Amino acid sequence: MEKYYGFGLPVDISTHGAEIDRLIYVIHIFMAVLFMGWLAFLVLTLVKFRARPGHEARHHVEHFKAPTYLEVFVALFEVVLLVGFAFPAFHKTRDVFPNRADALEVRIVAEQFAWNVHYPGADGIFGKTDPKLMGAANPVGLDLGDPLAKDDVTTINQFHVPVNQPVIARLSSKDVIHSFGIPVMRVKQDVVPGQTISSWFEAKKTGNFEIACAQLCGLGHYRMRGFFIVDSEADFKTWLDQMAPKPPAPPATAATTPQGAAA
Amino acid sequence: MSHGEHSRELPFWRKYIFSLDHKVIGAQYAVTGLLFLLFGFCLMMLMRWQLAYPGQPLPWLGGLFNEQSMVGGIMLPEFYNQLGAMHGTIMVFLGVVPLAVGGFGNFVVPLQIGAPDMAFPKLNMMSYWVYFIGGVVMFASFFVPAGAAQSGWTSYAPLSDIASFGQTMWLFGMVFLITSSLLGSVNFIVTIVQLRAQGLTFFRLPFFVWAQFVTAFLLLLAFPPLEAAAVLQLMDRLAGTSFFLPTGLVVSGKLLEVSGGGNPLLWQHLFWFLAHPEVYVLILPAMGIVAEIIACNTRKPLYGYKSMVYSVIFIGFMSFVVWAHHMFLTGMGTKMSAFFQVTTMIISIPSIIILTALLLSLWGGSIRFNTPMLFATAFLPMFGIGGLTGLPLGLAAADIHLHDTYYVIGHFHYVVAPGTLFALFAGVYHWFPKVTGRKMSEVLGKIHFWLSFPLINGIFMPMFIMGLAGVSRRLYDPTQYAHAQPTQPLNVVISICAWLLGLAQIPFIINFFGSLFFGKKVGQNPWQATTLEWSAPSPPPHGNFETVPVVYRAPYEYSVPGEKEDFIPQTERK
Repeated sequence: MEKYYGFGLPVDISTHGAEIDRLIYVIHIFMAVLFMGWLAFLVLTLVKFRARPGHEARHHVEHFKAPTYLEVFVALFEVVLLVGFAFPAFHKTRDVFPNRADALEVRIVAEQFAWNVHYPGADGIFGKTDPKLMGAANPVGLDLGDPLAKDDVTTINQFHVPVNQPVIARLSSKDVIHSFGIPVMRVKQDVVPGQTISSWFEAKKTGNFEIACAQLCGLGHYRMRGFFIVDSEADFKTWLDQMAPKPPAPPATAATTPQGAAA
Repeated sequence: MSHGEHSRELPFWRKYIFSLDHKVIGAQYAVTGLLFLLFGFCLMMLMRWQLAYPGQPLPWLGGLFNEQSMVGGIMLPEFYNQLGAMHGTIMVFLGVVPLAVGGFGNFVVPLQIGAPDMAFPKLNMMSYWVYFIGGVVMFASFFVPAGAAQSGWTSYAPLSDIASFGQTMWLFGMVFLITSSLLGSVNFIVTIVQLRAQGLTFFRLPFFVWAQFVTAFLLLLAFPPLEAAAVLQLMDRLAGTSFFLPTGLVVSGKLLEVSGGGNPLLWQHLFWFLAHPEVYVLILPAMGIVAEIIACNTRKPLYGYKSMVYSVIFIGFMSFVVWAHHMFLTGMGTKMSAFFQVTTMIISIPSIIILTALLLSLWGGSIRFNTPMLFATAFLPMFGIGGLTGLPLGLAAADIHLHDTYYVIGHFHYVVAPGTLFALFAGVYHWFPKVTGRKMSEVLGKIHFWLSFPLINGIFMPMFIMGLAGVSRRLYDPTQYAHAQPTQPLNVVISICAWLLGLAQIPFIINFFGSLFFGKKVGQNPWQATTLEWSAPSPPPHGNFETVPVVYRAPYEYSVPGEKEDFIPQTERK
């Protein structure tokens, strides 16, 4: 099995992650060079100007030009980092959403301490939900009376997506702030109750990865772990078909009749 | 009250407990702050057991805790979260700020400006006692049902809104602590503006006073929003309001019976509007201390004093417009995040100027490596690491991966632990002779430094590696995640370094208390320094100076060519 996690950055299987990683590498090289320069100067100075017999301090020291150039260089480099790397990468993940028709749209409803995933099913439209209907058997509060909800699929902590297809996740929370993080996808987005925040990403590789909650959400924060499973297109379809609610079998129809009569 | 009136022999409780003298109040602040730092450090050492050996019973000490905290010596996640929240709160609000501003500020600023006391001595006393009450409330919160606050030192709503009673205690505690800071800040501003000695112009002020001056403005302007926010959260918890609670919350499967309509992000904005200037409240006094010690121990003036002063003022202004860089991932749009990324990059420039000026101040000196200078020198590269690692976090795109990971923990601890705390230790060693009339032991001081310096790096350096690997902060048990497992051995390294660092503080504690009684007695100017505090007796009497000081010179007249001594006090006539 391929190793996903180690001492460096986790493996990146997203289409946008390379840009983020490049920024992280560039800035760390810059930091390392700047710091090593400083440190070398510091050590040299400490040795050269240590107090010792026959050595005296100088009241007047010549004006150094180098620091001014250094400041200007640092400022310019920061401009390059911002304009060349940071703005475009953030813009791409936040503003340039894929076409809804080409993408898989899912709702992720976070709660203490689980990730509920809501797929719209074959019709591609989410059924109505209501916080009043939320419960252990119906974690996202799906309104089963709504015809659009009939084919919807919900899972807990199992987030399957197809490879090479953009995914738009509509993130919301039932209770407190969580943060939806998938380290291998370079995705992290706070999930704020009272709001729905959209995030999109596209996986390039199949495999079984992790969703990690990145925001302290209570005593079970450390175990708010979900599975992010990237399937091949065919596998994803098979899985979704398996999960789809079965068309009502005859005994079930019989069971619903008295209810209907009562209503 | 005139000075003549209360310079009479006062009863013990008026002289040392409810004192109006800035030096006693400063010492009270410093000692209380140091004790809270030790306490906060102990909380962290407990957490480090759980992080290094998750789920294993804590040896020896495990039995001392009740079942609400540990079962059979195994820490519960609730208790872990309490330790985390309170470690942060205590270190910042009860340890570093009281020591840096209340302690050093109170003791040193009036002396350095040649004043007999602070402008408002009673306000000063009140500020300490309000802080003390805040500390007692915070400490007591560990003993209430369900324990202390456990929603992080940031207390993000709605988690904090629905948390147990400890959170209410936390909010009350914060109201006291912020009130105390406000009282103190007004006092500092008036004192520095009004009570400077004759001839002590603003550009003759020691850099430390400048740093405290800007800090006081930050305290004055940034703390009230958090006080307001704390009151709003109290209302949410006690009076049924919903400032931070949106409609339709379902907690543990039950619809929450609240009016709703609030917004959790409002809390974050109010909190960070305080808490980012707060970072500079932690770092500016430290820079001030380091500047004083470097000038004195290199035996030469600071390099670029004026640009340092302009930089510190600029930092003060800029620190109010960077707060939302803590919130890049809350769903902020590109334009808004671009604004805060730009301001964040801009504020790095004056910080680099100050650091560069301090570094260049060493050039051409004759450097005495006594204990305060060792700590002050170590501050430079440590703060450098802390500052530089802020850059990737300040760029929203890189922050996507690094946000809320151990990288953040490593970053801000480099700023405040081997950064600010080392500067504070330097300050303790440097001004101890002025406070007590006795010097601390150089041998114990050097042992303290040479043990602490490598160990503290052993704690925080591995955190960058863990952060890059994507390990989230505030995890009770990191081994739950596959992506955190490869770096788990680092947690063991960090914990061992942390416990050893705890032991390395023993020489300091012995030195501190031992030197009170057995330290070498010194005269008024043991370091041959130039600033005004060294023209007063050690310890300075009530009213500080024997004759009213008049200032004729810039603050750092060291090694002036053609002079007999290598230092000229500010009070010496030209």
